[in-house]
Amino acid sequence: MHDNAAHIEALDRRPVTVPGLGRQLRSEEMVINMGPQHPSTHGVLRLELIVNGEIVVDVIPHIGYLHRCFEKHCEHMTNYQQVIPYVDRMDYVAAMSNEFGYAVAIEKMLKIQVPERVEYIRVIMAEFSRIVSHLIAIGTYGMDIGAFTPFLYCMRDREHVLDIFENACGARLLYNYIWVGGLSHDVPADFQDKVRAFCTYFRPKIKELNDLLSYNKIFIERTANVGVLPAEVAVNYAVSGPTLRGSGVEWDLRKNDPYSVYSKFDFEIPVGKGLMGRVGDCWDRYMVRIHEMEQSVNIIEQAVEQLPAGDVQSAIPKRIRPEAGEVYVRTETPKGELGYYVISDGTATPFRVKVKAPCFVNLSALPAMSRGSMVADIVAILGSIDIVLGEVDR
Amino acid sequence: MFDLRMIPQEIYDSLRNNFGDAVLDGKLDGVLDPWIKVAPDRLADIARFLRDDDKLQFDSLMLLSGVDYTGGKLGVTYHCHSIKLNHKITLKVEVTVENPHVQSVESVWKTANWHEREAFDMYGLIFDGHPDHRRILMPDDWEGHPLRKDYTVPEYYQGMKVPY
Repeated sequence: MHDNAAHIEALDRRPVTVPGLGRQLRSEEMVINMGPQHPSTHGVLRLELIVNGEIVVDVIPHIGYLHRCFEKHCEHMTNYQQVIPYVDRMDYVAAMSNEFGYAVAIEKMLKIQVPERVEYIRVIMAEFSRIVSHLIAIGTYGMDIGAFTPFLYCMRDREHVLDIFENACGARLLYNYIWVGGLSHDVPADFQDKVRAFCTYFRPKIKELNDLLSYNKIFIERTANVGVLPAEVAVNYAVSGPTLRGSGVEWDLRKNDPYSVYSKFDFEIPVGKGLMGRVGDCWDRYMVRIHEMEQSVNIIEQAVEQLPAGDVQSAIPKRIRPEAGEVYVRTETPKGELGYYVISDGTATPFRVKVKAPCFVNLSALPAMSRGSMVADIVAILGSIDIVLGEVDR
Repeated sequence: MFDLRMIPQEIYDSLRNNFGDAVLDGKLDGVLDPWIKVAPDRLADIARFLRDDDKLQFDSLMLLSGVDYTGGKLGVTYHCHSIKLNHKITLKVEVTVENPHVQSVESVWKTANWHEREAFDMYGLIFDGHPDHRRILMPDDWEGHPLRKDYTVPEYYQGMKVPY
């Protein structure tokens, strides 16, 4: 007769290999699968958690579920301008910032100067998209932790910004607004009034959000001292944006490597200070976003007061054929440093477009942040780096 | 404040003094981003030197990209940056399709881990010394490397007809 107990014991002793772990599973360890359909992975991301009891020993992220061959598509365009609708679809909650970076890169290759008015409108739109992106990040983060109300408040405020976008270009999510050399439309006549009205409306809402979520005891308990990312590890992983600044590194391309007209505005770079726990914890990363929204409102207010007159389409080239060569241009998007590495072979089609997606890089630091934390903290850590899978997978 | 930034020529000279023939080529003027071409089998040492040398301090790798130059030549481009000193340089290596081996810089800059996996996935470049050399975006059982210029879209995936 078959010896069941011995058979089961033999099964238990089989060596278990987990791809990506780099060693065999120890007998006290267990693999928990999280995703690809999971409410707090913010899209289709799969995490394999190697746990010992309640402690997470390692995390293995699996990505690629949303891979759409963006870089291959670029090589099959007939025109550099045609790439813009595709860059919209990378970080789809802050599409304006993606277009901005791409336009800056191609303009640098073509060596063209765009009118001042275009630059100012681009900055206003990019800062608005930073507010929109951070509102989603903060709202969904609260929901991950268990606070539902802030999400609704954030979505309500986001609608006002989307109305401004819709007023300017007709689209609410994917704009195709910032073109190489200019904009698809000039802003409407009542644009400045609406922007001013929004700034007046929005400032008190940040305080409301602070009272509701940021200084909430339960929220602080869940996020302070969780997922600490030390500054030198952050730099070695090349993480950027609020994830880097949350670790106390004062690095923002708008200040340290200014592009467009950012050097004309007065604003501060918020960094994590470890007010509730250690520097570089989830609460610090969260709080950097709150402060960045305040700074974005400052920039928008300055830009809208100084908005020069002019034609927004005068510099749009009829034919885009950059001379053979290559360029790497990086801009500061809400998620971090978005870089475009573009190679031209002198034809009207890009030879190679490689995107440094901030979310891809920030997500690669997730295992470093998560080792040694509790299973429930993984949700808090993942939410605090604010990934968009459209950009991770491209 | 005293400016410690190095110009591309100084970076080139520094590498040339320390690594001699492993520095193959460089284009420092007349291009948007100055670049230095190095030997793929000395890359890890050069990268470590770039990071650890007091005057260079390239603590951050902004981007690592695979490139297919067509005609059987593949390449990897490294955009290095120093947050401490705020200077940049671009490194390039070139290999052939028959022998696509490049040294991994994962031990120097951790960020290279996923970038190198992506370059392997998309171009079939092999990074010697990488601790977790797997595909990253495409399925594990995918055949071919999609971003190669001579790649043809397969009609079948695992025996199933692709309906477009």
